[in-house]
Amino acid sequence: MIVSKLKPFEEIIEVLSMYENIFLMGCGECATAAHAGGEKEVMEMKKQLEKSGKKITGWVVPKETCHIPLVKKELRIHKEEIKDTEAILVMACGAGVQAVASATDIPVFTAVDTLFLGTIQRYGRFTEYCSMCGHCILNETAGICPVTRCPKGLLNGPCGGVLENGNCEVNPEMKCVWVEIYEKLKERGQLANFTKLREPRDFSKSSKPSKLFLKGL
Amino acid sequence: MSLLKDYLKGGKFVITAEAGPPKGTSSEKLKRSANLYRGKAVAVNLTDNQRAIVKMSPVASASILLQGGVEPIMQLTCRDRNRLALQSELLGAYALGIRNVLALTGDHISSGDHPQAKPVFDLDSFTLISTIKKLNEGHDFNDHPLDGKTDYFIGGVINPCSANMELQLLRLEKKVKAGVQFIQTQAVYDVDIFHKFYKEAKKMNTYILAGILLLKSAKMARFLNAKVPGVRVPDHLIEILDRSYDPAEEGIKIVKDLIYSVAEFGDGVHLMSVGQEEKLARILKEVIEEKPGIYQPPED
Repeated sequence: MIVSKLKPFEEIIEVLSMYENIFLMGCGECATAAHAGGEKEVMEMKKQLEKSGKKITGWVVPKETCHIPLVKKELRIHKEEIKDTEAILVMACGAGVQAVASATDIPVFTAVDTLFLGTIQRYGRFTEYCSMCGHCILNETAGICPVTRCPKGLLNGPCGGVLENGNCEVNPEMKCVWVEIYEKLKERGQLANFTKLREPRDFSKSSKPSKLFLKGL
Repeated sequence: MSLLKDYLKGGKFVITAEAGPPKGTSSEKLKRSANLYRGKAVAVNLTDNQRAIVKMSPVASASILLQGGVEPIMQLTCRDRNRLALQSELLGAYALGIRNVLALTGDHISSGDHPQAKPVFDLDSFTLISTIKKLNEGHDFNDHPLDGKTDYFIGGVINPCSANMELQLLRLEKKVKAGVQFIQTQAVYDVDIFHKFYKEAKKMNTYILAGILLLKSAKMARFLNAKVPGVRVPDHLIEILDRSYDPAEEGIKIVKDLIYSVAEFGDGVHLMSVGQEEKLARILKEVIEEKPGIYQPPED
């Protein structure tokens, strides 16, 4: 899931200073799970904005806000409320915000900062395990991603900064992921995957903006 | 030609030292370092934005040291430059007469004075080593031919006294495979552990210089033990420093004893200090005078 975090309210009120009539849009997927743009957060935002003198023309939490056809449909359904809206405040990740912005001429603003692709450790705790680099090496690294989980993103084993207890010098509370990978590979008799000299990443494979168009659909 | 390489190939014991590039444009500090080390150290390392703190570039610093009559070992990290920038630095440095390079991953940005900067790490120490090897062979990373190739003596770093020696030996094996020709180690205080590592390491085709960091006090020794990866100052040395009326002087004696112990079996040592180049130069002078049999300095 995409982890996002609400911006400080002062920042939100500042970007909305020119507008009075606001429509709110959350997201039923990631932003709900991240507690940044679910129904509860949208209601809270409505209350706070109203307290600050704004008029909330309406609100919706689409199933997925990063889905342009779905967003267009929601905008049609809420046509009447949106008619006098001066700005739409989106409480969803950057993909969601831009899906909305591409579906309407009304100025669109974001209420959140989009942080990372998160793995849910437990309720309300997210960590970054994957950075969507475009060529996965998890099959060689015992299912642990050094591109994401090593602060230096190293591909060829730990740096000189492994602490005596096997932890990372950048985050001393965290075990060095390369020590973890090394131990697992050793246990499985797959140290060849450790000693192998891995070529640097090919960034031409992940040049921005990425796209994927499936054939035959 | 690299004097360092000549020494090692000729089986002559090597002492290298370290100079810190200035924070600014003043080259006086480097000229002073050159004067201190000329005719004493075989070669001198120039650090590359060490601890991620902005300093004069290692290419410029190494070039100034060379003009001062001292052979430089240019340190180069992967933290601040992508593969294009690293290669162009290496080509330029070679054209300026620099012949030794020490390839490092580099301290993380967060430890320095620009924590907001983008960490690069496009290459790592291993692939930087293999890239330098390619430049030595006359082509760039993507196999395009060069108009004039390099002939660098390629160095790397290993922690010989790390708790996990097996892991460190695997890293060494991988660096040798990538093309490393000499190693300057993280600080060593326990010669027995270093000797054990050295014997294993010498089975691979490489030269190993034991890193020796000058201790100023028992407090510094305790700090190293607590904070610096792979560095272990034994208790008996801490006790000596603790009891001494002049711990700074005791630290110099410890360095000399370590040099003499490593000289009994090793390829050489690399002396490091925290901004105390005068003291390193004094140690070099005393070693040359006290034990002319073990170390012959380069000609002045």
